Amino acid sequence: MSATLEEILAQALQELATVNDLNQLDKVRVHYLGKKGLFTLQMKELGGLDPEQRRSVGQIINQAKDQFQQQLEACKERLETVALATRLAGERIDVTLPGRGQSVAGLHPVTTTLRRISKIFASVGFKVVDGPEIEDDYHNFEALNIPAHHPARAMHDTFYFDAHTVLRTHTSPVQIRVMESEQPPLKVIAPGRVYRCDSDITHTPMFHQVEGFLVDTDVSFADLKGVVYEFLRAFFEKDIQVRFRPSYFPFTEPSAEVDIECVMCNGEGCRVCSQTGWLEVMGCGMIHPEVFKAVNIDSERYSGFAFGMGVERLAMLRYGINDLRLFFENDLKFLEQFN
Amino acid sequence: MQISVAWLRSYINPAISTEELVEQLTMAGLEIGSVEPAAAQFSGVVVGEVVAMQQHPDADRLRVCQVAVGAAEPLQIVCGASNVRVGLKIPAALCGAVLPGDFKIKKSKLRGEESFGMLCSEKELGLAADAHGLMELADDAPVGVDIRDYLSLDDVIIEVDLTPNRADCLCVEGLAREVAVLNKMDWSTTQVNNAPISHQDVLTVSVADTAACPRYLGRLINGVNAKAVTPLWMQERLRRSGLRSLGPLVDVTNYVLIELGQPLHVFDAQKLSGGITVRRAKADESLTLLNNQVIQLDTEALVIADDQQALALAGIMGGSNTAVNDETQLVFLECAFFAPEAIAGKARRFGLHTDSSHRFERGVDATLQTRAIERATQLIIDIAGGSVGPITEVTTDATLPQRPAVFLRRLRIEKTLGIVLADEQILDIFQRLGMTAQTQADGWHIVPPGFRFDIVIEADLIEEIARVYGYNNLPSSSLLMRSELSRATEAVLDIDRVKDLLVDRGYQEAITYSFVDEEIQKAIAPEMEVIRLKNPISSELAVMRTTLWCGLLKAALYNTNRQQNRVRLFETGLRFFKKDGETQQQKMLAGLVLGGAYSEQWGLQARKVDFFDIKADLQALFVLTGCEVQFLSAQQSALHPGQAAEILSSDGDSIGWLGMLHPTLEKQLGFDTPVFLFEMDQNLVLNKRIPVFKSLSKYPSVRRDLALIVKEDVAVQAIISCIKGSAETALQDVIVFDIYRGKGVDEGSKSVALSLIMQDDTQTLTDSEIDAIVGRLLTLLTEQMNAKLRD
Ligand SMILES: [Zn+2]
Repeated sequence: MSATLEEILAQALQELATVNDLNQLDKVRVHYLGKKGLFTLQMKELGGLDPEQRRSVGQIINQAKDQFQQQLEACKERLETVALATRLAGERIDVTLPGRGQSVAGLHPVTTTLRRISKIFASVGFKVVDGPEIEDDYHNFEALNIPAHHPARAMHDTFYFDAHTVLRTHTSPVQIRVMESEQPPLKVIAPGRVYRCDSDITHTPMFHQVEGFLVDTDVSFADLKGVVYEFLRAFFEKDIQVRFRPSYFPFTEPSAEVDIECVMCNGEGCRVCSQTGWLEVMGCGMIHPEVFKAVNIDSERYSGFAFGMGVERLAMLRYGINDLRLFFENDLKFLEQFN
Repeated sequence: MQISVAWLRSYINPAISTEELVEQLTMAGLEIGSVEPAAAQFSGVVVGEVVAMQQHPDADRLRVCQVAVGAAEPLQIVCGASNVRVGLKIPAALCGAVLPGDFKIKKSKLRGEESFGMLCSEKELGLAADAHGLMELADDAPVGVDIRDYLSLDDVIIEVDLTPNRADCLCVEGLAREVAVLNKMDWSTTQVNNAPISHQDVLTVSVADTAACPRYLGRLINGVNAKAVTPLWMQERLRRSGLRSLGPLVDVTNYVLIELGQPLHVFDAQKLSGGITVRRAKADESLTLLNNQVIQLDTEALVIADDQQALALAGIMGGSNTAVNDETQLVFLECAFFAPEAIAGKARRFGLHTDSSHRFERGVDATLQTRAIERATQLIIDIAGGSVGPITEVTTDATLPQRPAVFLRRLRIEKTLGIVLADEQILDIFQRLGMTAQTQADGWHIVPPGFRFDIVIEADLIEEIARVYGYNNLPSSSLLMRSELSRATEAVLDIDRVKDLLVDRGYQEAITYSFVDEEIQKAIAPEMEVIRLKNPISSELAVMRTTLWCGLLKAALYNTNRQQNRVRLFETGLRFFKKDGETQQQKMLAGLVLGGAYSEQWGLQARKVDFFDIKADLQALFVLTGCEVQFLSAQQSALHPGQAAEILSSDGDSIGWLGMLHPTLEKQLGFDTPVFLFEMDQNLVLNKRIPVFKSLSKYPSVRRDLALIVKEDVAVQAIISCIKGSAETALQDVIVFDIYRGKGVDEGSKSVALSLIMQDDTQTLTDSEIDAIVGRLLTLLTEQMNAKLRD
């Protein structure tokens, strides 16, 4: 090895030893290995030698270059490791800080309850239908076998616009509207707002009901019982006790009130169930022949059942809400509990 | 209706507890609303008799009494009641007695005189809300017997909540009949003997409206003592039915009402002139009722009249002019059957609801009147004496309710109830219900009894079978109805998806009343014709909302008044308005936002929400539907004129509005921060474009940025529409990335920086092709928007 080459190598290695960042390292690399680098120049000078010498000297230069390059790589690796460690340390964050951006809100508990009810019935083929809220006397009462002066009218505290126009007092008129325009078989649920002229601790002038009905050949009370049982068990997600009590609605016969075992006390008796252990949750029955007559469906050929339930009541039982009026105050502190 | 269980059990006494009885009735459709003890808890009170009495030496108002209580010696008890007298029987609380309210009776001294107990009033025993003096017991009350036993106070009162179809159970006998059916027991009705006739005086009775009054019975009883005291047993039974004692004549009619379900009325016959007529009122008649309410009659009203005037509102309430009082000696006792249709709705017209109207509206047994008038007569002469005249009866058989046989098909029972019952079982049920059955090959002709107004069609009979058999004993099947596959409508977006999107973007769902305050309504939408409720619950809930904003603004205020400074709400529902005289009910989606754009958090500059935050939410919603919409500057009275946009569909239909609440309204309603609102027609929002595939280009896309100078009043949307409306097929998208005003741009102008994204399906665009496209677009923009390229 010529003295010059040795010097170059020694100098190069010494420079490498003092390098402490990748920029500097790159400068050193260029200084020795770049187009005009010292090793490169050495190689270029080989051109003036005879072939024999060229090979042996070339070999020597290459060895020196290799030696330098190995050191360079080692140095690079060392520096990269340090650089990465520095970066990682510098980029450390407090992962416990809250995330940023828009918050997520929630649905009203009445909507959540309605969706669950609809989903349960939709899974067995019930179609969801809605109807007008300003309703005529015929659909709200007459067609449902509630003629003028019927005592059952006193049980509906009705909001009137004029003698023939009311705010619907129940979702049952949707039953009439569907049966007027469609032929059996029918499987329908009709959720929506209903109105009663009544306001106190346990009544709001507006609330929600879900009406459901099924009309087909050979539908019996046993089918009604089966559907109601299965629905209530699906809704409360437990094998709840259910009982049917004879009752009276002008538009169904036989009619029944459905009670469930009190979900607050498991039937032991508490304030919510007035110590009876039972809670009334819906009314139901076989569709009355007069109703079929009003919509021109042959009650000899077809039979059907209908049921209706209060949505707020089910939501109160499901979520333990103790005051009906909270539903329509829209206090964010209330609503956000159901997000 | 509320009644004493002991009274019920005097007819029929099954070996079951009160709890079981209540359960049994409830499950038979006669819901028991409440079960209460007949008297408050107390002990140590016996029947006492005042055997001697002296004036207290030191107190004018006190007497020192010797009271026999069944012990060897009478007790000395000091008493201040005005009605205390020798020979009187009274409830005597002995030392050690505990009265209601945990009041303990001890030996005491009153002004120096020893007292070994207390003589009691009804009030002190918890039997009445108030009392005048001591409770006077009957002369034959057995001295020393516990008062609870003597008055049967260990009784319970049940409240029966009857549905309108079961008027037959609005009396003790009706309930007894039902209990007998449910327990398969025999029972008998109260024995009624016809009173001996001791004079022949009668009032003529004529019935002008025989359809409304198919049967009318009346009789005169003279020489009654209206001051007689109603016996305690009757007072107690009435009390347990919630009725106050009002003298023997009225008490007897009330008693028979509860016992048999037949309303009766007593007139003071000395105040009548001439005979009795049942007729429609004259147009100009008026009547002062027993409750002193003066009513103006019309020809719809059915009245009982004498030769001069209307006396009573038939089947509803008597008049005050002919009412009985303490002085009454001659009474005319009325017992009629009025048709339900004649009474239904009449009481309510006058704001009345009486025990009598309640029963006649629902149906009283039309075969009951003779028995009921005899029963009442018997009780009146037993209590108040008097001599009885013959019954005058006017009955029109043709208008009496008929009870035609109803045919019940055996197969129909199975079809409706899903169960096969043996014929004997069915016949047994009807027989116990008092119905007669005539067997045919495929079913039965069933004749309902007079007291059942609710058995008219086959379904009524099937319901009776189900009820007596027990709903819970009937089978339950799983749903095996045939199902159609439901249609998955793709061209309409599900509203639930929209709600979820809004929820995910921080909107809380609200539900507000559909009726609102007319003042807020007028302030927000003065141009709309409102629909007004005839009988609103309050002025704040008086008109139907023409916009969901009314309720949302109120809900927002409710929250800002409770330290909430960031509110994001949405609601779905109908709005109501009149258009060309027709009622419109339109499904809407509305929202309200105020306060910070984001909830308070670190690392984000706090700022108030603005128009574009909400526009982004709505645009996200339209991404769901795949439909292009435009937000165009427009005027809406509730919104800030410079920050209001009408949202238009690609067909130019108005979908709705977005904007800032007008500052005047903001102040007027009580907000102290800008409020942003949107409301859209649900049906138009939910229109969904079904995607159509377009092949992907294999060639690169290029981007060219332009800065255009336009006048301030040129809407960016117009520039974009202009570009998109060009015929350039290679143009894929336009992005606005900056709006600049200031140095280098003239006052009254703005610089709009745009990116044009271009791509061709068949080739890589060359620079010259791109330049040509941009050039053509610039020409178009210059022509249509008066835009210049910024240097
Ligand atoms: Zn309970």
